[in-house]
Amino acid sequence: MTRMISPRRRMLRTFLRNKTSVAGAALALAMILVAVLAPWISPYNPLKQNVYYRFTPPEASHPLGTDFYGCDILSRVLWGARVSLLVGTASVLLGMVFGMVLGMLAAYKGGRVESAIMRATDVMMSFPDEVFGIMIVVVLGSGLLKLVIAIAILMAPRFIRLAHAPTLSLKERDYVSAARAIGVSDARIITKHILPNIFGELLVMGTLWVGTAIRLEANLSFLGLGVPPPTPTWGNMIRTGMDHLTDAWWVSVFPGVAILLTVFAFNLMGDGLRDVTDPKLRA
Amino acid sequence: MAPAPQLRYHSDEMIGYAIRRILISIPILLAVLTIVFLLARVAPGDPAQAILGDYASKEAVQALRERMGLNRPLWQQYLDFIVGLARGNLGKSMITGFPVARQVAYALPYTIELTLSGIIFGAVFGIPLGIYTALRRNRLPDYLGRIFSLAGLSFPTFYLGILLILAFAVWLKLFPAVGGGDLHNLGDNLRHLVLPGLTLGLIMTAYVTRMSRSSILNVLNEDYVRTARSKGLRERIVIYKHILKNALIPIISIIGVYSIVLIGGSLLVEIVFSRPGLGKMMVGAMLQRDYITLQSVMVIYAGFVVLINLLTDLAYGLVDPRIKYD
Repeated sequence: MTRMISPRRRMLRTFLRNKTSVAGAALALAMILVAVLAPWISPYNPLKQNVYYRFTPPEASHPLGTDFYGCDILSRVLWGARVSLLVGTASVLLGMVFGMVLGMLAAYKGGRVESAIMRATDVMMSFPDEVFGIMIVVVLGSGLLKLVIAIAILMAPRFIRLAHAPTLSLKERDYVSAARAIGVSDARIITKHILPNIFGELLVMGTLWVGTAIRLEANLSFLGLGVPPPTPTWGNMIRTGMDHLTDAWWVSVFPGVAILLTVFAFNLMGDGLRDVTDPKLRA
Repeated sequence: MAPAPQLRYHSDEMIGYAIRRILISIPILLAVLTIVFLLARVAPGDPAQAILGDYASKEAVQALRERMGLNRPLWQQYLDFIVGLARGNLGKSMITGFPVARQVAYALPYTIELTLSGIIFGAVFGIPLGIYTALRRNRLPDYLGRIFSLAGLSFPTFYLGILLILAFAVWLKLFPAVGGGDLHNLGDNLRHLVLPGLTLGLIMTAYVTRMSRSSILNVLNEDYVRTARSKGLRERIVIYKHILKNALIPIISIIGVYSIVLIGGSLLVEIVFSRPGLGKMMVGAMLQRDYITLQSVMVIYAGFVVLINLLTDLAYGLVDPRIKYD
């Protein structure tokens, strides 16, 4: 006899069966732990300069070497995790909230509201992320909060499209018409009858896009548009190391490994999550 | 049972479709231009002040604003901008005073050769790799291919460029790390293109492999593939005639979509390799607050994207006669 299991539990099982995505989730969690625990686990103060130890190659006391100012790279990489993950998750959440609301509104209202929102989305998506990102940062100015807003603006159109398509079909369902017929308000229909049906997929893609957002943050920081030094971020560490690539490769290489591992972790996890929500691939 | 689409040209229909499709691009391009124009106006800082420096007198700044047309109503400036663009006039750089169009003409070939080499590399290696791994689903090659393409998706473009510089320019000393080479000297130009092209190409390969794989997998489950096999057709024929031809359409669209991602990547590659190009121009203009140059470069980038979307749609029509031209 087969026992009935809830869809949520079945999704969890599908996810857990996929070993690569579990590995990705573990790696992502490890990175989050590193970010949280940075003050306790980093061997040095990431801002502590020591000119006698400038450009020390990786060795026992400085496993990842030191930079131009003699700051310990390992400590800076560990602290840098905070900015990258904070910017990555905050910008995706912000972009998701705005994108979700606008996407559902466009599909539900139809007509002019819909064409205005969707055409604006098309236009925003006709710039490459880096190009549009530069323009937004130029307008907003730089800094942690503004960086989050800039990346959220880049992420929002993706969520608008993601929320728009399923809402179009959901609003035609009988139970939605029934709700409307008995006089339930639009706001309540959207939040109680439509949102719960699309939220799962939005959250899954959101998780996947945290990796994308972290990469965008690195790109913008590398261009000098992110959080400025001396605050350590992976992108600005790579940027400052660029000038000394020939004689101190470790300054740029190790923060890059951190970005790569983090984004890879989110992509691995997202790959498995997508299988979970896609019924066609359900084994 | 759907027949595999044939490569056929329906010339009249196709031309009509192309014209309609081009007409549709115009409002999009116009909207993009409007956004660029407005963004450049709301950006902080007075361009006239930026040119003259912090110690310029108020009168001098005012005079320059007047001369640059910044005191005129916004709609008039907008009109000038659009009309100027239509005439191919991008304005003058706020820093150097030279026409931006001249600078663009110098930078554009570098960006185009870089982006094209990335797209071609990605298609040449990515499509076969995607097919190969899809046909060996859940076996070792598929597994390795998946890890490879996910790793490629995770690489920040500029970081891959740095690693390639370290390996091939600093340690092996095989290729130059900086500059774009002389455009009139093919050998020199190509030597400078190898590493930047490889950077974009490898990342493009990762994207294309992944998407080709999933598009092949979608087709593999179709009824007509099962029918073809059960008819006893040779596997080669099934793969080429029934699977590949049908999988090609999504692959083309993916290459289109990721070409746009690649244009963004080319910007970073140009910075890493200090190559002349649009990206380097844009970042330079941004750092100097040269809004005229900045807005022109954005216009060109956006034009590229609209053009790629257009070409992708047209390629669709060529590959799949089922697509109705209306």
